[in-house]
Amino acid sequence: MKLPIYMDNQATTPVDPRVLELMLPWFTEKFGNPASSSHSFGWEADTAVKKARKQVADLIGADPKEIVFTSGATESDNIAIIGSANFHKDRGNHIITLVSEHKAVLDSCRHLESEGFDVTYLPVQTNGIVDLDVLAAAFTDKTILVTVMAANNEIGVIQPLTEIGALCKERKVYFHTDAAQGVGKCPIDVNAMNIDLLSISGHKFYAPKGVGALYVRRRPRVRVKPVMFGGGHERGIRSGTLPTPLLVGLGAACEIAQQDMESDNKRVFALRERMRHGIMEQLTHVELNGDLEQRLAGNLNISFNYVEGESLMMAIKDVAVSSGSACTSASLEPSYVLRALGVNEEMAHTSIRFGLGRFSTEEEVDFVVKTIVKAVNNLREMSPLWEMAQEGVNLDEIEWAAH
Amino acid sequence: MAYNEKVLDHYENPRNVGSFDKSDDNVGTGMVGAPACGDVMKLQIKVGDDGVISDAKFKTFGCGSAIASSSLVTEWIKGKSLDDALTIKNKDIAEELALPPVKIHCSVLAEDAIKQAITDYKKKQ
Amino acid sequence: MIYLDHNATSPVRKEVVEQIIPYFCEFSGNPSSVHTPGRTAQKGLDEARRKVARLVDVHESQVIFTSGGTEANNLALMGVASRFNFNGHIITSAIEHPSVLQVCELLESRGVKVTRLGVNDQGLVDLESFKVAITPETFLVSIMHANNETGVVQPVAQIANICSEKDILFHSDSVQSIAKLPVTLAKTGADLISLSAHKFGGPKGVGALIVDNHLKLPGLLLGGSQERGRRAGTENIPSIVGFGVAADLLLQEQKDYSEYMLGLRNQLEEKLSKLVPELIIFGNSSERLVNTTAVGIAGLDGETLVMHMDMAGFAISAGSACGSGRTNASHVLTAMGYDGAIGRSAVRISLGWDTKASDIDKFINVFSRTVKKLQQMSAPLTMAV
Repeated sequence: MKLPIYMDNQATTPVDPRVLELMLPWFTEKFGNPASSSHSFGWEADTAVKKARKQVADLIGADPKEIVFTSGATESDNIAIIGSANFHKDRGNHIITLVSEHKAVLDSCRHLESEGFDVTYLPVQTNGIVDLDVLAAAFTDKTILVTVMAANNEIGVIQPLTEIGALCKERKVYFHTDAAQGVGKCPIDVNAMNIDLLSISGHKFYAPKGVGALYVRRRPRVRVKPVMFGGGHERGIRSGTLPTPLLVGLGAACEIAQQDMESDNKRVFALRERMRHGIMEQLTHVELNGDLEQRLAGNLNISFNYVEGESLMMAIKDVAVSSGSACTSASLEPSYVLRALGVNEEMAHTSIRFGLGRFSTEEEVDFVVKTIVKAVNNLREMSPLWEMAQEGVNLDEIEWAAH
Repeated sequence: MAYNEKVLDHYENPRNVGSFDKSDDNVGTGMVGAPACGDVMKLQIKVGDDGVISDAKFKTFGCGSAIASSSLVTEWIKGKSLDDALTIKNKDIAEELALPPVKIHCSVLAEDAIKQAITDYKKKQ
Repeated sequence: MIYLDHNATSPVRKEVVEQIIPYFCEFSGNPSSVHTPGRTAQKGLDEARRKVARLVDVHESQVIFTSGGTEANNLALMGVASRFNFNGHIITSAIEHPSVLQVCELLESRGVKVTRLGVNDQGLVDLESFKVAITPETFLVSIMHANNETGVVQPVAQIANICSEKDILFHSDSVQSIAKLPVTLAKTGADLISLSAHKFGGPKGVGALIVDNHLKLPGLLLGGSQERGRRAGTENIPSIVGFGVAADLLLQEQKDYSEYMLGLRNQLEEKLSKLVPELIIFGNSSERLVNTTAVGIAGLDGETLVMHMDMAGFAISAGSACGSGRTNASHVLTAMGYDGAIGRSAVRISLGWDTKASDIDKFINVFSRTVKKLQQMSAPLTMAV
């Protein structure tokens, strides 16, 4: 077993070696610019791009013409939200989203607020899932867009996309989903789910970093204003030379995901359950954050009461996990996603995210469980909170000096 | 964010973890921080008849830098008179452990913990 | 197949591929993560940033990695205009890359005044007209270092001086010039510089905007604090690492390679001019990129010529790669006054470090024969007109 053990597959995934192998020739031998229309280097690159477009479309039940390649989910989210809101602002200025969305969605919404749009940030239930009645009640006659993520990056909970899509369709409101954590890991069908715009990130499911896609529905046609202008690539929605090797990688990863999703998920789920039981059976005062059922197969987010998350990460330095999301863990603020679930700040500080993936093994899981249990026990021995809890002190009744 | 070697050393081999009986008249207890902020530090001193800190113990809920800061000060205050212990400033701790700016508050907590423990001890006398 | 279209894109260098492969699988962490795999990725990112900074002789904090030259140009223009609240005046040229020109159109629709300077028949922006165009409202000048279609190099040093005297920001799209001049970009004196990796042996999908630290640009992409808040999104580590390796190689080899390419190009132009006397070399009397030759032959169709050359085993281009299905002369040649038959006949030959002398000999031979053949085929038509 090789150390460190990577259990942070919601932050990023390694490229699948099968994917990398298919990418390599496109760097050196078949290096043409897909926009070069005058020679065979360009044509073969263009053919590869077409194939990748179809592979991506097939995975989500879309038409290849509906796929726009981007540099990643952040860019896709920006185009989908800012681009569609700006295009349709004559129809209304109200947008609905969730407090637990990814920063790329929240920051896009905040930007729109600064331009005069109204944004409703809906709460989520204690299991992390949006209450559909609350969502239904949030629509106004000014609502033009609902943006709700497919799966959460921190707690892995899966939102009811089909139901949300139906609500949006009834009201003729566009539905965007940031599916960076969903695509390739849970089945998504843009037609069955009435999704109008969908963001994809390559590096969250074994394709390379620096590439993603945006699904933009053609029937009925959804229009977006570009964020980036230039040579008119990608039907004018996203200019810039297409990075053929990365697109070949994205396409290949989609095809593998489509073939292996069921078996991959079954295996990863079994490993995750082994891990969950291993931890829960050996430690008291641990809590799972987020819904257990509606959840990505590989995600666990656990609060280890009385043990601060960062010190726990240090104690298990042979295991790569994250406390909060990778985008915010360098800051001291506890995770806003956990806070949205009603997890108190103290418990949020004690949370660790485990992201199991395609390359995780049973041996690794057993090692991680053993390491975690040992580290938590050690740190609790060192924790004044644990000591007080053992003495029967109710920590909630203590008046702590605010710091 | 890589940790400094001294932080790692204190974190991996913390000195003086533990507790004294806080009702003991020779013991002063300082508890600073709050769970909601992610740091709680408990520092205890045992003071001899000569007014010198003969022993110190800590327990800390917090990041590696918080644990290292408390472990370090238990080493520093042992053998010091109360007045000398009070001269330890957060800057000294931060410098010794090469704490990055985002972790300076850990050294502030450690300084506060010393002060509180001494105040608690003095109250009992 | 012999590739002579390096201004469209270049193959990734072997050394680059070798060094980026580990970052796909083995060192595939997210640099925002604090654990070991994350820190390894961060180290790769930092090192690449140092290499790119060294290439253009700036501090590493001045490098913002982007998804390529187009994004760098968008970020520069949108960012600066936004700093000036979309108020005031921008000077650019008529021969810029579409990513500059289109952003200028958008800015115009938001209230910014835009002057597009013309160029002379040698492809050069006239400095006197430039000075006259400056108004008290001018806050930004965006003039490319070298043109992608003709290779003509603009007097950026003089432009930079004038801008600096008048306290105007100067952006220069240097995507084409970075590896095809004997001098490094540090000499241009621009405040903002756009770069792209895939034009000089780095991977596609990565570029950079070099920008002074004091200039606080609002991000173009929102949703994360990467690149010190100036560019959100998980960093494209393998490609960025590749950009760094390519930059490092370039720094070592720029002088030798540019001399080498210039030698080949001079030979190409000399021999072609003899074999095809009616050949026009666009921007012939201007300083040009050492690898670029854009030619026109009245009466021929550029698209047809490149198709025939492709069938004969040579990849060249009829103008830039970005436009598609274009039948008119390019905006660059139009601006130079070649909007008619000569403009439509234009083809671009752009060499690379990997071009061999024997490739050029073969090319000269096949090209001159193909031109003759096409001239004979279209002769009756020309006469009829």
